[in-house]
Amino acid sequence: MDITFSAEELAFRDQVRTFLSENWTEDLASRIRGEDQEFKAAQIEWQNKLNDKGWLAPGWPVEHGGVNWSVTENFIFETERSLAGAPDVVPFGLKMVAPVIYGFGSEEQKKRFLPRILKSQDWWCQGYSEPGAGSDLAALKTKAELDGDDYIVNGAKVWTTYAQYADWIFCLVRTDASGKRQDGITFLLIDMNSPGITVNKISSIDDHHSLNEVVFDNVRVPVANRIGEQDKGWTYAKALLAHERTSIAAVADSKRRLRDLRKLLSDEISGGRPLLEDTQFQNRLSNTEIELMALEYTELRVLASTADGKGPGVESSLLKIKGTEIQQAIQQMYMDLAGYYSGIIHGEENAETIGHAFGHDARKAYMYGRAATIYGGSNEVQKNITAKYVLGL
Amino acid sequence: MNFNLSEEQNMLKDSVARFVQDEYDFESRRANAASELGFNPKNWQTFAELGWLSIPFDEAHGGFGGGATDVMAVMEEMGKGLVVEPFVATVLMFGGLLNKSANAALQDTYIEKIIDGSLQGAFAYLERQSRFELADVKTQAKRDGNDFVLKGEKTVVFNGAAANKVVVSARTSGEQCDEAGITLFLIDTDAAGVERTPYRLMDGQLVANIKLNDVRVAADHVLGDVDNGYPIMDAVVGEVIIALSAEAMGIMQKLNTTTIEYTKTRQQFGVAISSFQALQHRMVDMFMAGEQAKSILYRAVCAAESGADDLAKNIAALKVMIGRNGKLIGDEAIQLHGGMGLTDELDVGHYVKRLMMINTTFGDADYQQQKFNRLAYTD
Repeated sequence: MDITFSAEELAFRDQVRTFLSENWTEDLASRIRGEDQEFKAAQIEWQNKLNDKGWLAPGWPVEHGGVNWSVTENFIFETERSLAGAPDVVPFGLKMVAPVIYGFGSEEQKKRFLPRILKSQDWWCQGYSEPGAGSDLAALKTKAELDGDDYIVNGAKVWTTYAQYADWIFCLVRTDASGKRQDGITFLLIDMNSPGITVNKISSIDDHHSLNEVVFDNVRVPVANRIGEQDKGWTYAKALLAHERTSIAAVADSKRRLRDLRKLLSDEISGGRPLLEDTQFQNRLSNTEIELMALEYTELRVLASTADGKGPGVESSLLKIKGTEIQQAIQQMYMDLAGYYSGIIHGEENAETIGHAFGHDARKAYMYGRAATIYGGSNEVQKNITAKYVLGL
Repeated sequence: MNFNLSEEQNMLKDSVARFVQDEYDFESRRANAASELGFNPKNWQTFAELGWLSIPFDEAHGGFGGGATDVMAVMEEMGKGLVVEPFVATVLMFGGLLNKSANAALQDTYIEKIIDGSLQGAFAYLERQSRFELADVKTQAKRDGNDFVLKGEKTVVFNGAAANKVVVSARTSGEQCDEAGITLFLIDTDAAGVERTPYRLMDGQLVANIKLNDVRVAADHVLGDVDNGYPIMDAVVGEVIIALSAEAMGIMQKLNTTTIEYTKTRQQFGVAISSFQALQHRMVDMFMAGEQAKSILYRAVCAAESGADDLAKNIAALKVMIGRNGKLIGDEAIQLHGGMGLTDELDVGHYVKRLMMINTTFGDADYQQQKFNRLAYTD
């Protein structure tokens, strides 16, 4: 049992801090909080800074641009990044499709797609869920039929985050409906500029445009854009899900959110005293902080066992459930701290002149935060997975 | 970074697990708890022979030189067996106080007797009025030449009935709840004026109230400095909270495993009740509560091993989670066992009672949460 950092690890931490202080600027932070193209451009700028340093895709194999960090180095980087308030990368290209490409794709696909992902030249989105296939993903019906060297794709994908910015979408499509449902699914990479693709905006309760429906009407996709074998897509996608659940936990980001909340609570005066002295609020804070202190070590245990070649096991469901519960508890506290000002709609008035500027962001985070216990496999589905595969029920 | 036990620690853990497996079936445990001393002296000699009683002591005193990780390895397995032998009271509390006493003469005399199994010890810290406040001490110690004279009453002294020697906290100056002014004395339970009332607790432990009717103690039997016993108590209590939490973790694992096995065999409506989603999700909640408790235990153990600045905060967080998650697991284990869960015959209720006593010992979850709040949210 040892958690202390070695001299080399402390030096690495200093290196990360220096990089962040030089590259994660106030200006960039303010632009990345913006809307639409301003957000997209700033996010790409930030990812390019990371890539210039060689730190954009630490988990990738070294030959493709990864850095082979130890569990501890990864932990240090994530902790420092989030304490500095810098965002995670957009995961769809770097963390979701790339591992499928370098894991199961052809040499030609690796050469074609991976460098462009590293340079953020392609923006990716994920085409998994459908109107009739949510938690029950294997019920998906979007159909792909072979026609010469192309597949012809028809159907619809839904809840597609940032499809409006995307150059490419990775999709699970049905190529065989005759056998077991999981066996007739194929993994395709589809150019979003292909004729026949329509992106329909879905307005969400957080007043932010992130969700979309993507409709495919006789879209031609070259067979060369298929990952691995036809009908084997489920296997490739499944290998990724454990990783997705681990990163959804967002432990380091919750730590920063709690730290910032504590500061806001000590500045907020209620009945002449800082709200931080309110015992009810203190208990809510500590209920969450204690769970998070534990979850941080749960994550480290999962990562350490991965490094030992044992995981990331099905325990990643636990990380997803607890991590998202903690995120929502924190979002709720920000809302309650903002009080009346949680109702402010940014853009109608200058929030600063009305009341707490953080009220708008608090509500946005709270409203969109409802999604966290739904996406990546709802928390109830995670419990089913844990019951079956961990507890053997 | 690693969360593995060393080879030596694994051997230690395995040896405790083997002892529990071979010598500690539930009926033996029941008999040990019901015996005159509240434990089985034969087992205590086995502990001595296997070296367990030497774990927290320096090699200079013939000890094993172990730390929080070694103690955790042992306590987790003892928890699984609901071991009643007073390892915590004699070795970790009494022995832990001696370790921090800076009194070489007392250490030279008593540590080897703990290690060879010939001495039973206890720590009398609690009084009727003090609830969870360690510093709430009314028992008086008055200087008289080279002696002190102790007067007062200590309650719920773990292993108090069997102990030959007891460390007592008494007030030499200050007000009733002051941390300063508390002094620790090592007394003999055969000394004139010591009056013991033994009784049993719900988890099977034999404890005692100890009345001190002008008990004389030589000044060289003070642990640490006069008026300055509190920091020693506080540090030892921190170590013991980690140890008790490891015991609780072993109990939680045992309850989770037992419950899963039971639901797989229990048939209702023509199927195993483990097939019901409503019950599966409850068992997942139990599993998550156990894993989170394990993580925060590892966190506290790492903090203790590295002497981290925020050790006190980690210990308070640990005790909160052990109390709350232990209650969730205990209550659910009984619920999922149905009527059987209410029987004294089944071991489940006994594990639950031990978790309940651990929650209370050194401050329950609510008390520890207030302590955490003070440490974390006071500028």
